[in-house]
Amino acid sequence: MLDLVAGLLIALGTVFFVAGTVGLLRFPDIYCRLHALTKADGLGLALIALGASLMARTPGEVFRIVLIWFFVALASAVGGHLIAAYARRMDRTREGSLRHD
Amino acid sequence: MTTFLGGVLIVLLSSILAGLVRVLRGPRMADRMMAAQLFGTSAVAILIILSRVTDSPAFLDVAMVFALLAAVTLVAFVALALRRVR
Amino acid sequence: MTDPLILFDLLLAGSIVALAVAVLSVRDLFTAIVVFIVFGLLSALAWARLAAPDVALAEAAIGTGVTGALLLKTLHHLRHFSDGQTQDAARDLTAVQPVPMGVTVANAAFCGLVALGLAVAFLGAPQAGPGFDALVSDAMPHSGVAHPVTAVLLNFRAYDTLMEVVVLLAAVIAVWQIERGLTEAPAPALGMVWAGFARLTLPAIVVIGTYLLWKGAEAPGGAFQGGAVLAAVGLLLLLSRLYVPQPSHRGLARWAFVLGTGVFAGVALLVTGGGRVAFQYPPEHAKTLILLIEGLVTISIAVTLAALFHGREPVALNAPESRHDT
Repeated sequence: MLDLVAGLLIALGTVFFVAGTVGLLRFPDIYCRLHALTKADGLGLALIALGASLMARTPGEVFRIVLIWFFVALASAVGGHLIAAYARRMDRTREGSLRHD
Repeated sequence: MTTFLGGVLIVLLSSILAGLVRVLRGPRMADRMMAAQLFGTSAVAILIILSRVTDSPAFLDVAMVFALLAAVTLVAFVALALRRVR
Repeated sequence: MTDPLILFDLLLAGSIVALAVAVLSVRDLFTAIVVFIVFGLLSALAWARLAAPDVALAEAAIGTGVTGALLLKTLHHLRHFSDGQTQDAARDLTAVQPVPMGVTVANAAFCGLVALGLAVAFLGAPQAGPGFDALVSDAMPHSGVAHPVTAVLLNFRAYDTLMEVVVLLAAVIAVWQIERGLTEAPAPALGMVWAGFARLTLPAIVVIGTYLLWKGAEAPGGAFQGGAVLAAVGLLLLLSRLYVPQPSHRGLARWAFVLGTGVFAGVALLVTGGGRVAFQYPPEHAKTLILLIEGLVTISIAVTLAALFHGREPVALNAPESRHDT
């Protein structure tokens, strides 16, 4: 039973990763892509981490999985913020078009 | 269960490979960098599942290193790129 | 299909080869760097699949933390070092020069020969030979540590590891000799969000780096992994200007560079003085000596990698005026 729930959570998380990749490929500009990506990977990893901790054997493993999720979520949020701020500043200074190839 | 998780691993790896198109096409440097960021998270997911499938908790430490250092390359990119604009 | 992961392994192996080709064939250098980072990511996964978590840890720490940042910094220098001169000079340096046809053919022939040689060697080797597993596990009780990889690296084949540390030392000496004239604009402030993130994450990275070093005695981990993770802290401090290298810190940095190599070589000499072969530690002190060497080597690796990222010896014109902009 627990395995089934864990499997479902992991499958659902994987769907979010695929959705994030589709967004990365299909969305028209950098801000839309950023939106798709940060949401998808945050939720996807959360679901997979939850599923994996249901199958973990020791509390230590659960603790480490939770820590991993926490730091990825943090880095992803801050990274998204930095990229967006960078892209906006580039757009303003008109040098953003420098690297279109 | 192992076969199912094996399938999940293949899907996650394939999504990294599909995302590579964005790295190669760009068009902006930030697009390429951002895609690499997503791959980092996918790699963490793959490692968490792998540690379960092969029953090796040491992979969680690898995932932890990925998680903690995920921001380093990105920050290097943003800080260096902004240095030029000012 | 005996192993349910065989398809995953095949896909992973194929992707790594494809990425290696992509790194070499992509025209834009920045794209090549990003592809190389992804290459490192997948290599770490491959090491994990090969049941080598020690190498996977090192690849994860160096590949995601240090190499990417080092390459980006190098590209930044290549593109901007001639800010005073013409832009064309910089572009010439970064542009991919067309290679003459003859060179391409000769290269292909050479690579083919190497591949052939490797194939012959691989097929000719005895299948599933005993390797050194038995030898290592027999000697484990005398090694002073419980993790075979650490025992090999710091006891059985310590001279090899010593040379690796010397390579890093030589690299940083070379960089400090060569790179003197470059001046840089002060780094921009990365904002409040980043400052809060750094405050939360940097201590966590230090803890994990130390944990990896500490764990190395009985589980995957060790000096190189811990050092690379701690080097990332240095990179982040430098990038966010939380630490600005001062000329007065040069002496301390030099001590940190040679600390690992010095103590490592010093222990070898001391042991030799006691009538033994170098690195044949007395068994009752083996663990202490290994942990001492590992700890100090970790510090040296971390400081050296961070210094390599900074790129040049701190010079006086780096005035402390920008210290408040973080």
